[in-house]
Amino acid sequence: MKNGRDPVIVGIADAPLKDGKFVTNASVLGHAALVAKAAVEEAGLKLSDVDGLLTAGMWGIPGPGQLATVTLGEYLNIMPTFVDGTNIGGSAFEAHVAHAAMALREGYCEVALIVYSSDQKSLRSRNLGGRPSVLSMQHETPYGMPTPVGGYAMAAQRHMHEYGTTSENLAEIAVATRKWAQLNPEATRRDPLSIDDVLSSTMISEPLHLLDCCLVTDGAGAIVITTAERARDLKSKPVAVKGYGEAHTHWAIGEMPDLARLLPAQKAGERAMKMAGVSHSDIDVVEIYDSFTITVLLSLEALGFCKIGEGGDFVSGQRTAPGGRFPMNTSGGGLSALHPGMFGMFLLIEAVRQLRGDCGERQVKGAEIALVHGTGGTLSSGATVILQKD
Amino acid sequence: MSTEEPLPVIDHDSAPYWEAAREGRLDIPLCGDCGKHHFYPRSVCPYCHSDKLGFDTVSGRGEVHTFTIARRPAGPTFADDVPYVVALIELEEGPRMMSRIQTDDPEKVHIGAKVEVTFVKATDEVTFPYFKII
Repeated sequence: MKNGRDPVIVGIADAPLKDGKFVTNASVLGHAALVAKAAVEEAGLKLSDVDGLLTAGMWGIPGPGQLATVTLGEYLNIMPTFVDGTNIGGSAFEAHVAHAAMALREGYCEVALIVYSSDQKSLRSRNLGGRPSVLSMQHETPYGMPTPVGGYAMAAQRHMHEYGTTSENLAEIAVATRKWAQLNPEATRRDPLSIDDVLSSTMISEPLHLLDCCLVTDGAGAIVITTAERARDLKSKPVAVKGYGEAHTHWAIGEMPDLARLLPAQKAGERAMKMAGVSHSDIDVVEIYDSFTITVLLSLEALGFCKIGEGGDFVSGQRTAPGGRFPMNTSGGGLSALHPGMFGMFLLIEAVRQLRGDCGERQVKGAEIALVHGTGGTLSSGATVILQKD
Repeated sequence: MSTEEPLPVIDHDSAPYWEAAREGRLDIPLCGDCGKHHFYPRSVCPYCHSDKLGFDTVSGRGEVHTFTIARRPAGPTFADDVPYVVALIELEEGPRMMSRIQTDDPEKVHIGAKVEVTFVKATDEVTFPYFKII
């Protein structure tokens, strides 16, 4: 049943990149502000209309980034009365959509703005040694665990052992995703890619090759959500938030309950689809976090698009490529379009563009319902959002 | 291993574990209520949430649950170690713990391989429990 306070996405924006770096000269907060402004203006709103502010990031830590919503609110000179700084890794923004939706339904806010910005590529700040060996990490970092790739590699190794999944299966995902990137003029990597290219790329952390890994780029994006009632007076094409779910299980990969099964995706996906009242066959386009190829495979299984252990078969024969039966990661994903540390924001933006019908050459024909699933940490967290053309 | 590699910041939960490792024992928490071992050491049992915990010396035997061969180091301090094997060991007593496999031939490591703990001194304060294939 429709309700005037149902949450709808009315504005999106992302920052242009060249060779994976910001084109505009601005600080990391400057880029956050620029995309925030662009997203609210696209909706026909002003930043002063925003009373809900949600963000997560990795800038300014230690320092002002420790209180990210507070610092961003200061920069924008707004006084939000609903805030959410939930940071569960790259899936944070799918969780933010859920939290904003609940706040909107409750009447706790009217216009929610979700923002992300990272200048990790320009700053060359990506630190592979990354996780200080304190608390749970004192039992992983000292052994030379490559983070985050090593954890994903261990999951891939386990999946291969239990189900016979192959490196070729994983490469199918990278290749199909690149084909979508070739249709997206904004994607960072658009040169042709073959399965052999993936398999012969540098081995990083066995069994994952360089081309099983996402890009390292800058990026900034913003999303504006308001109520269906408010959206009627706005100028953009509304996209309804129909369902959502979230869960997390662990931070240290050694604590993952089952390394071949992505429980947070299962939990979040079931809840989101039930809330939306949709089944798998209703979904026209799927945007799934692709930090690594194995992330996608585990997500597809856990979300129920195929049985556990059958992900390798499912993605074979370029099923997820343009023209395939299962349009997935249509921007070119984190593997080929952009990956500014926390990619979940950009999965949502691409899904909205697909449902608006704004995707040009890569448009999935007749796309009305999208499933977006983010994964964060080291297969730690999952959050699902079901979106529908309004 | 070189002493520049990151050392654990030992805390109250983990101190008895690291102290035992320094003395050549693998001691992990055992719950006085549910009787289960767990790892990493906590002040509350992750299974039954009891706080009646003590440390118990375990066999040091287990098997490789999963692993990765790092062909690129986790930061410059591990550069000399490449290629090296980081593995998740499932101890005979049940818990899993992250460690290194001490081996001259990383290709020989496989899931299910039986392993045994071996202690590698890093500094006067820190000795790491590594594992070797048996």
